[in-house]
Order: sequence, then structure tokens, then C-alpha cells
Amino acid sequence: MLDSARDRVFWGIGILVVIFYALIPVLWIASLSVKPSDKLSDGKFFSGSPTFENYETIFNDDTFIAALVNSIGIAMIATLISIGLAAMAAYALARLDFAGKTVILSGALAVAMFPPISIVGSLFDMWRSIGLYDTWAGLIIPYMTFTLPLAIYTLSAFFREIPWELEQAAQVDGATPFQAFRKVIVPLAAPGVFTASILVFIFAWNDFIFANTLTSTDNARTVPAALAFFTGGSQFEQPIGAISAAAVVVTVPIIVMVLIFQRRIVAGLTAGAVKG
Amino acid sequence: MAKITFDGVTKRYPDGFEAVKDMSLEVEDGEFMILVGPSGCGKSTALRMVAGLEDISDGELRIGDEVVNQKAPRDRDIAMVFQNYALYPHMTVRDNMGFALKLHGVDKGEINTRVEDAAKILDLTEHLDRKPANLSGGQRQRVAMGRAIVRDPSAYLMDEPLSNLDAKLRVQMRTEVSRIQNSTDTTTIYVTHDQTEAMTLGDRVAVMRAGVLQQVDTPMELYNRPKNLFVAGFIGSPAMNFMPATVEGDTVKLPMVDVRLPDDLRERVGAGGEGGSRELIAGIRPENFDDAALLGDDVQGRGATFRTKIDLTESMGSEIYAHFSVTSDKRIESDELRELAEDSGAGEVPGGGNEGHIVARLAAESQVKKGDEAEIFIDASHIQLFDPSDGSSLTA
Repeated sequence: MLDSARDRVFWGIGILVVIFYALIPVLWIASLSVKPSDKLSDGKFFSGSPTFENYETIFNDDTFIAALVNSIGIAMIATLISIGLAAMAAYALARLDFAGKTVILSGALAVAMFPPISIVGSLFDMWRSIGLYDTWAGLIIPYMTFTLPLAIYTLSAFFREIPWELEQAAQVDGATPFQAFRKVIVPLAAPGVFTASILVFIFAWNDFIFANTLTSTDNARTVPAALAFFTGGSQFEQPIGAISAAAVVVTVPIIVMVLIFQRRIVAGLTAGAVKG
Repeated sequence: MAKITFDGVTKRYPDGFEAVKDMSLEVEDGEFMILVGPSGCGKSTALRMVAGLEDISDGELRIGDEVVNQKAPRDRDIAMVFQNYALYPHMTVRDNMGFALKLHGVDKGEINTRVEDAAKILDLTEHLDRKPANLSGGQRQRVAMGRAIVRDPSAYLMDEPLSNLDAKLRVQMRTEVSRIQNSTDTTTIYVTHDQTEAMTLGDRVAVMRAGVLQQVDTPMELYNRPKNLFVAGFIGSPAMNFMPATVEGDTVKLPMVDVRLPDDLRERVGAGGEGGSRELIAGIRPENFDDAALLGDDVQGRGATFRTKIDLTESMGSEIYAHFSVTSDKRIESDELRELAEDSGAGEVPGGGNEGHIVARLAAESQVKKGDEAEIFIDASHIQLFDPSDGSSLTA
């Protein structure tokens, strides 16, 4: 693709512009988070003498710690359940021909089309009456519901790419359908599973609407919602430094995760399965 | 070790299409049985029903004495080699070959010994720790074979295992397959559309067409006494030449010459011969022609000679293929021949139309040249005659 020097320059500049444009806000937050409180509004990127006092503040704050634990726990459990269910559904959709297959697929798509804001009101009422309000389950359930369609679609696309004969070979080799799935299909679908997991995890991690509406205390409030409740030490103090530090703290896991999983999404894992 | 029995086995798809129709076949213990036929004839479906990968709509399939219609593939104790190998890409060669044993709970030491033994046979020892992606086509094929061998199953099923290899490797692997089957003496069903594989590998060959078993016999029987037009045209390369013929008394009138039938042939054609004549299809294999100039008079007494203009010659070194045309005022109409022609990609029914195209195999010493007028001999004792109404052989 990068065959001529002109192309190279064109793409190089393009990529730089996009990186700059995308990273500036992140860098700005990072820079704010290490500024001492008196230099917060000096308008400079680097104002010298970086300090970690904002980080100390938030990590000494029980509310933030609780929110962080809630965020990690809820996002991980939602991801696990969602991917587990989606993997089974996608496998069936990719492999079997059964009545109502298209109905299920379009149903899944319809679920994904609902704007979350349109159901939070009724969820709020329902959760309060059945006791799910302000609990982990109360957030895990909607996250799971909203990420399942995406996960099913992503995974069934990956499953369809895996040669059908591998599974038959496993069955002839003596595997039960479940063993064939676990020992042959799952390892081959791993890149797809990681991709889907990242997407689901990020959705759950980033969500604000559900977290803000369906929680009220440190019991289940996640970081995005908790940030909105940050206040300074006094009513005259802006909690911008602390908010920035918290924002960095919630961004870092996502970046780390993407970097780790990126290495797992290895193209060509299936190369050599069949003649090629 | 087991005998495999098809008893009226039928595969019917939900849309009513029957891929395999009422198939009855017995594969003896230790026998190497070939299923051969053009693409879409149901041979792979039949194999996959033995493996348990396709449901059986009707009839009974037995492995040993056990009816296995409802058994899962894993309970049938069979090993299968797939056309595109179906190696597990995330496992090393060693794990690929040992996978089945591992699933059956064989202990690690035992698995290792058996895998290494098989690797030795297949010349894969130095590749045991590589992944399939890093192997050549021939090596992958051998791993697929190895996966079957290590299990020591009651039967091997092979679905066109050599079709993805290049010509040279295919010949090499063909002998390999034959050697392995001989040494393990395990019942084997081998599906192929390559008639060379069918002729060279099998103890017996089952020819299929459109889901129906046409003939099951040893390769030589199939070649010399095909039961119908389809088998006659499918087995043999270059294919048998077909032409319209009329039998009158003891002579058969071919488009190029009248030939006197030997007594035994005439008796078998028999019916319809009562002074009247009968329209038939004659089949003559290329090697039953020869260059009359090379033959003594005594040989020529067994057949007839005719003169024709040679359109083309192909010298193979050991022999020469001479192509020439014959014209006839009759046409051959046969579904079986049409299907054969479609399968070979010729698109044209051999001997259809008023002009027929004949291939003769002549001895290498023949001086026949393209464009020459040559005298060609037909060996009457090897003429095959078929009933045009149903394609059945009158001479088999």
C-alpha cells in the first residue's frame, strides 16, 4: 500500500494529525492531574514541579476506592457472562440451521438499537421494586443485555471463519460436541473472543447513564458515576485536579487491556488448518 | 477390525433430494474398498454416513455386527482422513496426532510412543513439534494420515485424501497409502473421483452414479466386464470409444467397418438376432485397436481392418494415441454417456452427433502420422455391446 514516497508522506501526515487530535485531551487531563492545585488554571501544558497529591487525594478517598472496586467487578462479571452466553449463541447461529434463526438475529439487533436512555426510567422503578436497585446485579444485567447483541454478532462472524471440518475431525477423533467446542473451536476463536471481550468490557466500564441512575451509594456506584459526585475540600475549591487524576486512573486499565489483547489478536492463527 | 455393511442405506435431504439411494454394500474385514464416481454422485455422503457425520434417512449401517445408525461419531471407533486434512492449527503435529488418544484417556507415555511410531512410519519425526501452518502440503497430508494411524481404529475412512496434492506427490502418497493399508490390514473405505487411484489401490471398487451403486467388483473385472455404459465409460483412460452399431446375424456393423462377432459374444447378444437386426451401442477400448501394418495375418483373423484418415497423433513414448473420426447416420442417445461427458468437462457426448471421435492406442513402433491414411485393426473379441434403452451391457 505504501508504495510511493508521496503516499508515505500523505499517510504519515494524516496519521500524525489524527493522533494529535485524539491524544490532546488525554494529555491535557494527564497534565492537569499532576498539577498542584494553585496552578490548575495557568493554561500551560507543563507548569513545572509535577505533584502526585491529586492521586494521593483520590486514593485516600473511600468513595473513589469503592467506586473503582465496583467498576472492575461489575465490568468483569458483565463481560464474563455476556461473552459466555454470546459464545454459545453465536456458535449455534454459525453452525446450526434451525427455525427462527433470522428472528433471533434480528431480535438481537433490535435490542442493540434501543437507546439506553429510553429504558433507564422504567428500569429504575422495576429495580427498586424487586430490590436490584443499587446492587452489582442491577448494573450487570443491563450491561449484559446491551452488549450481548454486539458480542453475538462479532463472535458468530469469527465462528463462521473456522473450518467446519475441524469440528467434525474432532468428533471422529472421539470428542463430545462440548469437547470439540472447548478444545478445538474455542482456541481458534480466541482472537474473536478477545475482541468481543474488549468491546463488552469497554461498554460496561464507560457506561454513565445506567451507573448514575441505578445506584445511589458506594454499594454499586462505578467510577464514571462517582466522578460526578466529586467535590472539593470546601465549596470554594474546584476538584478539577482530583477529577483529572481519577479520569487518568479509569483510562489506564482500558489502554493496558487493549495493548495486551492486541497481541493476542493474531491474524493467521487459523492458517494451515486446511490446504492453503 | 470390522466388516462394514450398508443395508439399503438411503440419504434423503429435507428438500426431498436423495444423495444416496438404497445402497447395499458389504466391505469385508481388512478390505480396501474404493467408492468412485463423478462429483455429486453421493460417494462422499456415503462415507460421511459411515463416519456418523450425516444422518441416515433409511436403511441400516453396521460396523462389525452392531447397527450404528444412531451412534455418535466418537462411539464408532473409526478414523477419518479429510480432503483438506482438517488439522488442528493451534496444536503441534504431535498433539494433532495424539489428540484422539488423549480424548480416550490413554496415558501420556503410551500416547508418545504411539505418536512417535506413527511418525517414524510417515517420516514425520523431525516435524513433531511444528505447527501445521509450517508444513508443506505433503507433510500436512501425512499428519492427517498419522492422526488416523495412531488410533488403530476398526476402520479408516478416507475422503479424497490425495486430491489436494500435486501430481508427483500424489503418486508417491498413493503407494504410501497402499503400503499402510497393507501393513495395518484395517478395513478401509476410500472415496475418490480419480480412476487411477481407484484401479491401483482397491481390492474392490464400487462405482456410483447419481446416488446409485452401479457395480462393485475388482478393478480388472470392472475394466474388462463393465455392467453398463456408465461404468464402461468411467473406468479407463483414455475412455472407451462408443459408437452406434447394428447387429445382423453374426456381424456387427460399426460406422467404419463390419466385424464378425466371435461365437461367444454372439451367443450372449443372442436375443433379437432372429434373422432381424438390432440397434446397439458398441464400446471399444483404445487398446483394442492397432496399426494393421504391424500385425501378422493370424492376428488379423480375430477382427477386421479399415482405412481411415488420422486427425492427430499423441506419442507417449511407450505408445501412440491416434485420433480419428467416423461418421454414421445414427446417433447415440444415453443419459449415462451425457453425464460422463459433463463430468469430464467435454460437454459433448462421445459418439453423439453424426460424427464420432475415436481414440486408438497403437504400438510405439507404428509409423502412423497426422494426416495419413492408415489401416487400423479392431480386435473383435473385445468389443462390448450395450443396450441403448437402459445402457446395460450385453457382453458382460
